[in-house]
Amino acid sequence: MTDPGTTTAFEAAGAPETGEAPVTHHTYDVVVIGAGGAGLRAAIEARLRGKRVAIISKSLFGKAHTVMAEGGIAASMGNANPRDNWEVHFRDTMRGGKFLNNWRMAELHAKEAPQRVWELETYGALFDRTPEGKISQRNFGGHQFPRLAHVGDRTGLELIRTLQQKIVSLQQEDFARTGDYESDLAVYHEYTVTELLKDGDRIAGAFGYRRPTGELVCFHSAAVVLATGGVGKSFKVTSNSWEYTGDGHALAMRAGAKLLNMEFVQFHPTGMVWPPSVKGILVTESVRGDGGVLKNSEGERFMFNYIPEVFREQYATSEDEGDRWYTDADNNRRPPELLPRDEVARAINNEVKEGRGSPAGGVYLDVSSRMPAAEITRRLPSMYHQFKELADVDITAGPMEVGPTCHYVMGGVEVDPDTAASAVPGLFAAGEVAGGMHGSNRLGGNSLSDLLVFGCRAGAGAAAYLDGLDEVPSVSEQSITTAREDVERPIHNSGGENAYTVHQELQQTMNDLVGIIRKADEMELALKKLHELKDRIPRVAVDGRRAYNPGWHLALDLRNMLMVSECIAKAALERQESRGGHTRDDYPTMDENWRQELLVCSLRDDEVHLEHQGQPAMRHDLFDLFELDELKKYYTGDELGGHRSDAPPRQSRGTEDAGDEAERSSTTVETGGDPGGELTGGGA
Amino acid sequence: MGYQAQFKVWRGDAEGGDFVDYAVDVEEGEVVLDIMHRIQATQAGDMAVRWNCKAGKCGSCSAEVNGRPRLMCMTRMSTFEEDEEISVAPIRTFPVIRDLVTDVDFNYQKAREVPAFAPPEGLAPGEYRMSQVDVERSQEFRKCIECYLCQNVCHVVRDHEENKQEFSGPRYLMRIAELDMHPLDVRNRKEDAQEEHGLGYCNITKCCTEVCPEHIKITDNALIPMKERVVDRKYDPLVWLGKKIFKRQELEQRGATGARSLDAPGPDNGSALDADHIAHIEQRGGAQA
Ligand SMILES: Cc1cc2nc3c(=O)[nH]c(=O)nc-3n(C[C@H](O)[C@H](O)[C@H](O)COP(=O)(O)OP(=O)(O)OC[C@H]3O[C@@H](n4cnc5c(N)ncnc54)[C@H](O)[C@@H]3O)c2cc1C
Ligand code: SF4
Ligand code: SF4
Ligand code: FES
Repeated sequence: MTDPGTTTAFEAAGAPETGEAPVTHHTYDVVVIGAGGAGLRAAIEARLRGKRVAIISKSLFGKAHTVMAEGGIAASMGNANPRDNWEVHFRDTMRGGKFLNNWRMAELHAKEAPQRVWELETYGALFDRTPEGKISQRNFGGHQFPRLAHVGDRTGLELIRTLQQKIVSLQQEDFARTGDYESDLAVYHEYTVTELLKDGDRIAGAFGYRRPTGELVCFHSAAVVLATGGVGKSFKVTSNSWEYTGDGHALAMRAGAKLLNMEFVQFHPTGMVWPPSVKGILVTESVRGDGGVLKNSEGERFMFNYIPEVFREQYATSEDEGDRWYTDADNNRRPPELLPRDEVARAINNEVKEGRGSPAGGVYLDVSSRMPAAEITRRLPSMYHQFKELADVDITAGPMEVGPTCHYVMGGVEVDPDTAASAVPGLFAAGEVAGGMHGSNRLGGNSLSDLLVFGCRAGAGAAAYLDGLDEVPSVSEQSITTAREDVERPIHNSGGENAYTVHQELQQTMNDLVGIIRKADEMELALKKLHELKDRIPRVAVDGRRAYNPGWHLALDLRNMLMVSECIAKAALERQESRGGHTRDDYPTMDENWRQELLVCSLRDDEVHLEHQGQPAMRHDLFDLFELDELKKYYTGDELGGHRSDAPPRQSRGTEDAGDEAERSSTTVETGGDPGGELTGGGA
Repeated sequence: MGYQAQFKVWRGDAEGGDFVDYAVDVEEGEVVLDIMHRIQATQAGDMAVRWNCKAGKCGSCSAEVNGRPRLMCMTRMSTFEEDEEISVAPIRTFPVIRDLVTDVDFNYQKAREVPAFAPPEGLAPGEYRMSQVDVERSQEFRKCIECYLCQNVCHVVRDHEENKQEFSGPRYLMRIAELDMHPLDVRNRKEDAQEEHGLGYCNITKCCTEVCPEHIKITDNALIPMKERVVDRKYDPLVWLGKKIFKRQELEQRGATGARSLDAPGPDNGSALDADHIAHIEQRGGAQA
């Protein structure tokens, strides 16, 4: 692709081009790092708001991780059940996250998801339809009504292609105006960003390299949107691809932003377990949403034994009732196979541990006995294809073998919900790399909607930030030199560690010691091992060629994976309770006192520093959307005052209202900028 | 279960290269991509391979395995004899960058030349109504994972570099068919295909359909129907003239799609509050602390 952003301004300003490998410079208003759903939506929004935008991605344009999403995108359009609306979606999201979610994010998400989905149709998306011709919506775990807009089981592909094609259409508009497709919106694919550059405390650009050639690049830009996705490649068994090395998480930390909720890692209950080489590859939740059931080696639908107290009222207690729910959801309760993912993953783990697993160490997931073969291949075409091609299993004729796989990180960059701004001026984050929205556990389908809602807000936030900026920050020579040294270190090292070996050890450590069920002594051991790896990583050496050298690329990703792993292990060791995607063998129950505690990581002198931070109390109109009886399961007695059930409402709320205002503004302050980084532990 | 297989992998770059022999362990259930990863981890850390999902969903890992264009992640080792020598080479139609990685920018350029979806005027987001049978035709084409294997095998460009200018290849002719069959697209696509994208070069050999890992019937369902309809319209000079004028108007019209998303709330989904607007953010930093 052409390089419309190549500038001479920097060179003209007198920056010397020292050293062997020259650095190519580009200048943009907004640089979006990541070409998944969040990044593309952010880029579209910033471009629509008149900014010149560059999109950077490690893989080819259109191949980002979002392409792998299968089941669907959650939005309360009410097409399948008219009783659905944003309030119901909000409640489901908060329940799924065990009330640890940032409620403002959950609110914005529930309210804006339908607009973001409808908008995709105007870009050309073709979702599956209801008989009335509206967007069809399917059932998913934790969602009270059928809520997931979908295209068979390739929803992510539709999402990415649609956004990609929208970008092309904007480029065509630019071409008609300027004669250059990339004049205002350029895609730099197969580029990796290794460092964010700052001017004082503000963002000034990003440094990286071009994968095919190894050429070094520097983007000058006052606003950077991180949309880099997740961290799963730190674990051995994962549904995530090589891209998920936690780059955005680490870039944000090194730039001075904070990560929250890093202990919460989602293990999806159903990954493939056989053959060994595909272990971890995802089996979509739609299999269960569309009627698939889980059985142990004794043929028992074991999930009926695992309905936790907090969900008793919402789930069927007999197979008959569960089965009736698929056709009559208003008069029956849903089957427990559709409990939130953390519950199902733990149940499977336990069945296997107690000796009722399948030969390959999973359990059975069966659709073949639940619907005709033709229906299976129509509703779940890519699952049919995947099992046929990779495992030689015909899912229309027999069950699949499945087990938990590392899938999604709830933790991420702390952002202001409305603008996606991080604590570092000019740095924004959206999508999986941002934290807070999903609390301790994400519901299926809530990620794709999250990408669009907050991707859009991040693009708008970045544009607004630029409009309010009176002085353009500049990149210093020194910061470029440092960034270049870091990138070239593995090439200059000789006879050191092998990147692949170090990576395998890291993955094994996280998988075995900070996995789905955690214990204090194991996590302490993990931290010790991570410390050893930290010494070894700077000694990793690679063959000196720069062009498309995967060994070099991995060597550079390692330090990000390590930093993120350390955050996960530290936070997981600190949180002495079990909640959502964090299960402690030594603290097996949920503790309401921990609900108001957030664990926040930042970097101090190159060390991961962990601290407690209070969770702002929920705004009362949102609080009132729940029944008091339900809140009692999650909240301490003191926190429940002021609920609508406390009469008379107006009188007792006078002080509450004032409190709300204070909370709202304090949230903004926390994320807006706290140079000292010393935030008070509110829940102590 | 494991055994040792003999591989020949093409190593080199734009300047040239050759097949290199590797003896590699193979475990049960593995695919060719697993073997490439094992070679990287144990014998050649710098061997370039493009991949992402390892599940046939992203279309990154295209290569020619024993001369046949395939996705490496979906090519099971059990389809070969244990003593068979297996060759892996980059796809041939596109320039090599390094080893198994090729420069596929040709495809991105062609993608950019297909005029975007043209929505009907006056239809607000949320008001789109289409029936399942009508969307299914285009949905088949939207299954495309852009592995470019069809582009790679089509003889029109595989052996004729000079045709790359005129001919967009099966993937992008199919994209035009997809928009043509979109129930709500208002643009006339047939002449686009014929005149701007070289539909006429295709002589329906179906090689593209044969290699498609998504089993899309590219030739039968996309290319042939378009050829038939182009013939129907081509003899009407008025239609042809009308289309040229239409095209210019459309380019101008498309400038109107720049609506700001957060300012246009769309249909009501029961939100009690007004749509939330982005408040003007002051310059962040010290000011707020
Ligand atoms: C198999 C699978 C199925 C799923 N199914 C669903 C589903 O049905 N519904 C749902 O809601 N969610 C689903 N999810 C989760 C969801 O797909 C992801 O959370 C989401 O796609 C993440 O999107 P993103 O935009 O944040 O990042 P991604 O789509 O992962 O994109 C990250 C981008 O950042 C780029 N990048 C990363 N680091 C750098 C760097 N250093 N320099 C430059 N670029 C960089 C990458 O190249 C990539 O372009 C699924 C996930 C998986 C793995
Ligand atoms: S059918 Fe047409 S497009 Fe497909 S390979 Fe043959 S000539 Fe090329
Ligand atoms: S049509 Fe098929 S072969 Fe061609 S790029 Fe798409 S998926 Fe690949
Ligand atoms: S790696 Fe995605 S298709 Fe092979």
